[in-house]
Amino acid sequence: MTPFNLTQFYADWATILPECFLLLWACVITGAAVLGRTDESKSGTFAIWTIIGTLATAVWVAVTQDGAAFGGTFVFDRLAVVFKEVILAGVILTAAASVGTVSRLRAHRGEYYGMILFSAVGMMLMVSATELLTLYIALELSTVTLFVLAAYHKTNRKSAEAGLKYVILGGISSAILLYGVAILYGLTGTTELARISQGIQRQFMASGSFPPGLALALLLILAGFGFKLALAPFHMWAPDVYEGAPTPITAFLSVASKAAALAAFLRVFFVGGQPAQLIWIQAIAALAALAMIVGNATAIVQTNIKRMLAYSSVAQIGYMLVGAVALDPWGATSISYYAMAYLFANMGAFVCVIAFAERTGSEEISDFSGLSRRSPILAGFFALFLLSLAGVPPTAGFLAKYYVFAAAIQKGYLWLVLVGVATSVVALYYYATVIMKMYFPAEQTEGGFPVARTLTIVLAVSALGVLLLGILPGPVVDWIKAAAQSFVPPT
Amino acid sequence: MLSYAWLIPVFPLCSMAVIMLLTHRNRVLSAALSITAVSISFLYAWAIAFTVWGNPEVQRFSFDWLNLGPSMHIPIGIQIDGLTAMMLIVVTTVALMVQIYSLGYMHGDPRFSRYYAFLSLFTMAMLTLVLADNFFLMFVAWELVGLASYLLIGFWFEKQSASDAGKKAFITTRLGDLGFIIGLLMIYTGCGTLTFGGVFEAVKTGALGGAFLTTAAIFLFGGAIGKSAQVPLHVWLPDAMEGPTPVSALIHAATMVVAGVYLVARSLTIFMGAETAAMTVAWIGIITSLMAASIGLVQNDIKRVLAFSTVSQLGYMIMALGLGGFTAGTFHLMTHAFFKSLLFLGAGSVIHAVHTNDIREMGGLHSKMKTTSITFLIAAFAIAGIFPLSGFWSKDEIVAATLGHPVFTVLTLLVAFMTAFYMFRLYFLTFTGTPRDKHKFEHAHESPKVMTYPLIFLAVLSVVSGWIGLPWLHHGFSSVVFHEEPHHAEFHYGLAAISLLVGLSGIGLAYLMYYKRRIDPDRIATSMPGLYNTLLNKYYFDEAYEVLVIKPYYVMCQGWFWFDQHIIDGLVNGAGAFGVLWGRFQRWADETFVDGAVNGIGWLTRGFGATIRYLQTGSLQNYAFIVFAALVILWILR
Repeated sequence: MTPFNLTQFYADWATILPECFLLLWACVITGAAVLGRTDESKSGTFAIWTIIGTLATAVWVAVTQDGAAFGGTFVFDRLAVVFKEVILAGVILTAAASVGTVSRLRAHRGEYYGMILFSAVGMMLMVSATELLTLYIALELSTVTLFVLAAYHKTNRKSAEAGLKYVILGGISSAILLYGVAILYGLTGTTELARISQGIQRQFMASGSFPPGLALALLLILAGFGFKLALAPFHMWAPDVYEGAPTPITAFLSVASKAAALAAFLRVFFVGGQPAQLIWIQAIAALAALAMIVGNATAIVQTNIKRMLAYSSVAQIGYMLVGAVALDPWGATSISYYAMAYLFANMGAFVCVIAFAERTGSEEISDFSGLSRRSPILAGFFALFLLSLAGVPPTAGFLAKYYVFAAAIQKGYLWLVLVGVATSVVALYYYATVIMKMYFPAEQTEGGFPVARTLTIVLAVSALGVLLLGILPGPVVDWIKAAAQSFVPPT
Repeated sequence: MLSYAWLIPVFPLCSMAVIMLLTHRNRVLSAALSITAVSISFLYAWAIAFTVWGNPEVQRFSFDWLNLGPSMHIPIGIQIDGLTAMMLIVVTTVALMVQIYSLGYMHGDPRFSRYYAFLSLFTMAMLTLVLADNFFLMFVAWELVGLASYLLIGFWFEKQSASDAGKKAFITTRLGDLGFIIGLLMIYTGCGTLTFGGVFEAVKTGALGGAFLTTAAIFLFGGAIGKSAQVPLHVWLPDAMEGPTPVSALIHAATMVVAGVYLVARSLTIFMGAETAAMTVAWIGIITSLMAASIGLVQNDIKRVLAFSTVSQLGYMIMALGLGGFTAGTFHLMTHAFFKSLLFLGAGSVIHAVHTNDIREMGGLHSKMKTTSITFLIAAFAIAGIFPLSGFWSKDEIVAATLGHPVFTVLTLLVAFMTAFYMFRLYFLTFTGTPRDKHKFEHAHESPKVMTYPLIFLAVLSVVSGWIGLPWLHHGFSSVVFHEEPHHAEFHYGLAAISLLVGLSGIGLAYLMYYKRRIDPDRIATSMPGLYNTLLNKYYFDEAYEVLVIKPYYVMCQGWFWFDQHIIDGLVNGAGAFGVLWGRFQRWADETFVDGAVNGIGWLTRGFGATIRYLQTGSLQNYAFIVFAALVILWILR
């Protein structure tokens, strides 16, 4: 035990200040709601201000504090800054997009925002965790609240079913992840990623081969992350849960929660598992290819827009992991940029679904027919987000795909890129089908409708993100690249 | 302040976006927005000019726009030096005057708001073009001004001739742009960068040179040939007069058409490093100048005379640059922008009054529209190069630039003579003498103040903008806008006297022929029918293109169409037939194997889920099963 050191104590807690701030207000909002002291609109406003406050503290911490805290289990480095901002952006957009949904809830309106904030705390801890148990606890904190949120329409059978499926499969995957962590601990005697990396390297030097259980441990951890990321074949829960959960929560699940898991994935595999790359890199490539194929192929036959977007997001994760085979700063940069581009496009697409469903009560793709006449603004936004998901310039999605493919090609994974390009064509088909339906309907549908104001703001912000990232990528990429270089060990 | 100069084009960009998206139904608001935006840019541009002039350092502000992997990135940014500051002033000043003038000229037009949106688009693009610190961004802006020009030439697209002219302008300049882009690709291949600083450095160190550089420079000049309407791609500019007259003043006289001149001036280092290319530039310039001036002698459409005059003056500037006269070319660019836009706006005022472009139907208008007449006269004196107006100073610099090349000197003076002649022919026929069309004369009236005030403002500039080149000022034009380093140009009193004399004699001849009627112009025309008709028909360029390019192109297209119909479609249909066959086979395979497999999986799933079906989520176990199965498979395959 090191003796108590006040300066160190102060530095540790200053580093974790954004999470503390967020946690405090999450408790206040939830507590006030439980005690019945507030109405839901106040909770929503409160939640948004809390996140803005968190952003501000995060920026303050980023400026004033740097490096590890709590004996190296928690780190506030540049990668953490990038992903914390992505997550907070996702949370803020989710909270803003939830206003209509929450006002239609019969009970527990205030707690809804509290749950989102708790989940956000978990995600923020997750992207900073450099030790496997911290990582695990952070992951559980974010997931358990998501279980609750997925089942929030508890009288709705689909929502309840979604929650239940999510809980059970989430439990199984947590167990798998923990198994992996346990084996890794057994092999290296530590749960700190940097020391795990050293331990593996030392053993490899000593015996000329990897310890026998290492592959199993890494595969189990990969499967655990695969669940969080909805990576095929660990994605089976996603379509059911996405369809059943309240749509803002679906957006939240598909965006913020994945971003957090992605950051943790980068830390575990790019740092901890880096010396053992021979073991896992082929598996990642295979799973990425599988995700792109399965996700896109299944999305084609969907009739429900949320299910279609669910399968599309399975495919999107596949594209992101194409960048992982590069295992260098550019690979990490491409993944992070993709995550950012995907945040805005996918969030925007789901908010379009929310706006549409709020007015028409339908989530069927066929009902989007003729939307360009009924609500030109909504149709325009939706088309933009779908094009970005499909990877059409000048949207962010195009450059995102370019970066991951370029990173993979540099390492000789041509076959993977070919799969990616081929499946993008498939993807374009189903995205474009929706756009075709909106703009060139078989028969005219009547009845124009407006879009709620808060939703319009969320849509506009997302659209701005999609376009700015696509048209003016330089500064953002430089920022991410600096972050990637700071944590990926040189190869 | 300089680092925020990128805001200058952002103001008009915003006004365009707001007009298009929000205010297009409100005409007054749209125009007000557009004028406000350009006014801010105008003030900013002047502020920058006062900061930059006298400070010989080039300011560059750039960032990585596109970062395409470890070795490739494209920076974009702005660059501010004397030349940029001058161009900013020219563009914003003329744009502001034209936008104010248009309030009167376009009054009542059904697409009034759209007109202002397009003007804002153009202003934005042109300002970006002159601010760019690399060829890449410059090219983007280059294409955007082309687009704006196309939109505005064909603004009255109901008129067949206007929409045709728009297309002609777009396609013809596109030919030049092809050369431009080839030149850029060559330069990029040669030195791996497109920033001005990097490219010029490569030329200076000799990393880029020889025949390669010469070829690249000539291709690059192709862009200037198209945009600045040089022979042989000059044919679009006279037709571009179909657009509204203020547009002609802004785009086709003062700003966009000088983009080519600006390009040559900006990349003068490249041309100076390639002797042959520079001489090509000079020769194309003087040929264009001579040809266009001679055509201008006989045209009867007031705007066309001005259009050919523009082509001719652009040739002047290009020639001066080709001969290394950086200061001469850019100085004339500035003074020309002011007096030529004034001439166009004056012509617009006349057309507004008599509703015709034909000078044979005008005459005697001085008594009806004094402001227009006097400002027009000032501009005519300026372009004729009469002391002490702006044209005198800049034209003198151009003549001085030809020293050492006697052929050029003689031809330049010849053009100066013709310029003075056709400009005063135009003036006398329009504003003096007896009205030739009584009816139109009766209805003529002076334009509203919103149109005449810009005329007066530009007239003042046409007088004073040349005084920066006064010989007794220690800091002449060359000390603020210079190539490489400031230098002081010698003022040649002898040359100045000769060119003044030449200008005066041109005016004198016009005076005798069209004011005093001592010499009958018709007699001269009929005595030389061949020459007269050649000039009247603009050296038959359009006809030649029709026969040599367009007709063969159509024939070729028809050939390809036949090929497409018979060969390609045959292949496609064949492939289609094969596809149908293949599809039938696939269906059979699908029904037999795939459906069998699917049904099998379904059977498995049912069997698996049968025990705990009461959870209502029949497939949950299936999901978990897949997770474990995948793990096992990965473990085996690792």
